[in-house]
Amino acid sequence: MKTDTIAAIATALSDSGIGIIRVSGDEAVEIIDRIYRNKRNEKTLAKYDSHTIHYGYITEEEGAVIDEVMVSVMKSPRSYTTEDTVEINCHGGILMMRKILETVIKAGARIAEPGEFTKRAFLNGRIDLSRAEAVMDIIHAKNDFALQSSVKQLKGSVSDKVRNLRDDILYEIAFIESALDDPEHISLDGYHERLSEKTDMLMTELDKLLVSADDGRMLKEGIHTVIVGKPNAGKSSLLNLIVGEDKAIVTDIAGTTRDTLEEVVSLGGISLNIIDTAGIRSTEDVVEKIGVERAKKISVDADLILYVVDSSMPLDENDRDIIQLIQDKNTIILLNKSDLDEIVREEDVIREINRIRNDKTENALRVVRTSTKFDSGIEELIHLIKEMFFHGKISYNDEVYITNMRHKEAIQDAKDSILQVRKSLDMDMPEDFYSIDLMSAYASLGKIIGEEVGDDLVNEIFSNFCMGK
Amino acid sequence: MSEIREKVDVCVVGAGHAGCEAALACARLGFETVIFTVSVDSIALMPCNPNIGGTSKGHLVREIDALGGEMAINIDKTFIQSKMLNKSKGPAVHSLRAQADKSEYSRAMRKVLENQDNLTIKQAEVCEILTEEFDSSSDSENCIASRRVTGIKTFTGAVYECRAVVLCTGTYLKARCLCGEAITNTGPNGLQAANYLTDSLKSLGIEMRRFKTGTPARMDGNTIDYSKMEEQFGDERVVPFSFNTDPEAVQIDQVSCWLTYTNQDTHDIIRANLDRSPIYAGIIEGTGPRYCPSIEDKVVKFADKERHQVFIEPEGIHTNEMYVGGMSSSLPEDVQLAMYRTVPGLENCKIVRNAYAIEYDCIDPRQLYPTLEFKDIKGLFSGGQFNGSSGYEEAAAQGLIAGINAALSLSGKDPVILDRSQAYIGVLIDDLVTKENFEPYRMMTSRAEYRLLLRQDNADLRLRQIGYEAGLVSEEVYQKTLDKKKMIEEEIIRLKNTVIGAARENQDFLAAHGSTALKTGTNLAELMCRPELTYEVLAKIDPKRMPLPADVIEQVEIEIKYEGYIERQMRQVEQYKKMEKKRIPADLDYNDISSLRLEARQKLIAFKPVSVGQASRISGVSPADISVLLIYLEKKRI
Repeated sequence: MKTDTIAAIATALSDSGIGIIRVSGDEAVEIIDRIYRNKRNEKTLAKYDSHTIHYGYITEEEGAVIDEVMVSVMKSPRSYTTEDTVEINCHGGILMMRKILETVIKAGARIAEPGEFTKRAFLNGRIDLSRAEAVMDIIHAKNDFALQSSVKQLKGSVSDKVRNLRDDILYEIAFIESALDDPEHISLDGYHERLSEKTDMLMTELDKLLVSADDGRMLKEGIHTVIVGKPNAGKSSLLNLIVGEDKAIVTDIAGTTRDTLEEVVSLGGISLNIIDTAGIRSTEDVVEKIGVERAKKISVDADLILYVVDSSMPLDENDRDIIQLIQDKNTIILLNKSDLDEIVREEDVIREINRIRNDKTENALRVVRTSTKFDSGIEELIHLIKEMFFHGKISYNDEVYITNMRHKEAIQDAKDSILQVRKSLDMDMPEDFYSIDLMSAYASLGKIIGEEVGDDLVNEIFSNFCMGK
Repeated sequence: MSEIREKVDVCVVGAGHAGCEAALACARLGFETVIFTVSVDSIALMPCNPNIGGTSKGHLVREIDALGGEMAINIDKTFIQSKMLNKSKGPAVHSLRAQADKSEYSRAMRKVLENQDNLTIKQAEVCEILTEEFDSSSDSENCIASRRVTGIKTFTGAVYECRAVVLCTGTYLKARCLCGEAITNTGPNGLQAANYLTDSLKSLGIEMRRFKTGTPARMDGNTIDYSKMEEQFGDERVVPFSFNTDPEAVQIDQVSCWLTYTNQDTHDIIRANLDRSPIYAGIIEGTGPRYCPSIEDKVVKFADKERHQVFIEPEGIHTNEMYVGGMSSSLPEDVQLAMYRTVPGLENCKIVRNAYAIEYDCIDPRQLYPTLEFKDIKGLFSGGQFNGSSGYEEAAAQGLIAGINAALSLSGKDPVILDRSQAYIGVLIDDLVTKENFEPYRMMTSRAEYRLLLRQDNADLRLRQIGYEAGLVSEEVYQKTLDKKKMIEEEIIRLKNTVIGAARENQDFLAAHGSTALKTGTNLAELMCRPELTYEVLAKIDPKRMPLPADVIEQVEIEIKYEGYIERQMRQVEQYKKMEKKRIPADLDYNDISSLRLEARQKLIAFKPVSVGQASRISGVSPADISVLLIYLEKKRI
């Protein structure tokens, strides 16, 4: 079982020079000692005095070095949380910090809830009272955000998979439990073999999920990029150009794309999660209307907006609507159809945007002239995106990594529980022991899709099994 | 007009399984108690199934016994068959179930009540709960009640002044029995319903709801052909329910039950007459329990099932009446007879009592504290089916706790609140007072998350001390439990410290029992973890062993064999306890916590949870809300 020692990345998740992983709780020192060694290859953290810092290495269980680090030890009560705390100063870089956090989790800590260090600091009397309100607000805001983003970021196919696995597990628990509650009506003869097969299947599926969590395939990662523009400005053509295949249906009829399309592409090592939207215009067509609404909604969450302007047509009400929508976003304006007569010039768009935007100084406007027909301007666009990324103008959403790690932790927990079921099966334990660990697996998987256990089991029992007098 | 006015300490309304335990607890704790019933002949009546115990309910009975209740002792005196269920499964789900001689059970309990000091039995319908305004700020306790109980009034106008009332009205409030189109305004078994109390409760601001349950027909045993059924025997060696009963005293001649099945003919008759079922015709408004569905429900819901089991169980020794388990129904009399007569062995059956459904008023128990006292009315307690539960055992368990707490509150002592890690009773009450419930609540082992710890075999070890401290368990009995505990602990230590070397005779012994050979030395406890090696088997290589009582050996064996699993649950319990221990003041103003989400705030205001742990189990309260609550409480504390 997991301890109550928590860990998190304490610095910003970016490609900075140094990153800090903070670990707090009764077993902080013990846990880090499992993965730390000094120059002489000793595991010695426990011996050091409080408030000292030490050079050494973080290693994998098999002993392979992950990173060269400085580790500081702060013993209870003289730390932020007043618990034993260890901070690992590692080389910055998203990948490195994630790797080390994962190693810490594997060694026995659990991922901190949003705001949990501060919560502990407060509950342990470390933070002064005047800040209590602020702490409560932070906890709520962060938790709500984490929950929203974790469900939002999950790919539809993955949440379907998790749901199916949970349903499978719940059915088995309900079967066992109904037999335990009503042994005269429901028999467990031959169940051992059936459950044995079932656990094989569950292990295979959970392993697959773990692999996709490792590959980052569970979540919609990357820079959340949304293509907007009024109908027939060439948004779908742009998506096809960037993706390199005909994903979106392109016609010269305005309003062809009625729903959103989504693609993940890698441009020079930067991952973009690009969403093509329906053209924004006031429309009476019901289906198209829904698409337009959705486009507006999606734009709100975007990290980067690609605003496609048809330069062969004058700016109109629809354009003004769009500018209204994206005014405080990182935006690249694409003057498309540059092969045709240029009616709208760069200055026209900028003037229009500045007129609508309140704060004129923020977010310098970037304009690229493109022709999706002749494939021109795309290189420049890609270059611009890279530049914005490396100058920190746009970045990955930090939460994605944490979410991914939380999911991975949950899947691993579920897998451990299923392994425990297998162990009970091998030891020929009575059936009631199986359902205990199956229930843990069910609860762990629920964390991924944000569902609690509640009365699921009792409902499942009654809907599937005929019980009672 | 002159009327009777009496002054007592406690009034218990209703003399079913909850009322009997409540009244006995109060009287035994030294309080002058009156128990009211609409019919003295129906004390501890079993109007439905003729058994006590069963899966998870058997646990409740054991726990009642450990706390000093009466149910276990009473069934040990009056059972006619007994079985330990789930014996092939783990010890946590072993459950004792006994067939009762119904009238003997009732008579025996009545005798106990009659012979109890401080207890008076009174046949009367209680119509009104008398209260007065109450200023809770003057109360030293943590209390938010706006009224306080002062007494009760009966139908005849008699007033009993008292300081505590325990409501155990079962299924009698505004009861209505349905047998097809025939509807009577009666309680179970044709007894008089209680038609006035509901209004008095409503006027006190108590929210009422309507539930429904049902019972099958009783047959004349002389008209049943048992040769077409499978005989079901009791256990060869009977285990008593009560820890105080001498195991030899329960080795009696047992009667048999009988198993038969419904078939397609039965189902066809039911389907053809569904429109005459009050439930399917929409006449019944109450919510019925899913775990004891009527035969109509089973046939409709599980349409692909070819047959359903039917258990024919004797109602007692001195009667021919047989209970038809598995076929409760509210279909009309003629359909019932036709349907029962399709079942093998019942072709010529004659019905003594028809099956019927019953509707009754009860409460949403979230109006109660875990002590089973109403949050808003000091001194008013309740237990049993009135609280929205179902089953004799569930009722008795609540009655006992409500009675104990009524008495403790009169003596100004801390109440008994069992938590989910201590007892099935704790799970039962916590579920009732915390969770939203849409049907009569039945205990199930799957509801107990720490069930490896809450076994029926260790109820005495878990709860005797609590019963002793409350005053219901005698010094002598408590000392026995302490001695047992000590013997268990010492024996486990001895087994862990008894080294078994890899010597020749030990290897031979292991080989003889199909157990793998030892590579290095080990100890007896380690060996006992192997499925093929029991405490008894190991006697051969354990010459220093002293003779121990069977119940001690049982505990030693379970604790060693399942040690890993038990330890894991103990660690979970530790986490759970942390939150249970954080009490929430009853007067906490949730509106003062601005960071709570609106939904959570409304739920918390409505339920007034007593601990952070209870708050966390309310649906609609998220972990983040709990964090906020913790911080707020901490801020208040300093």
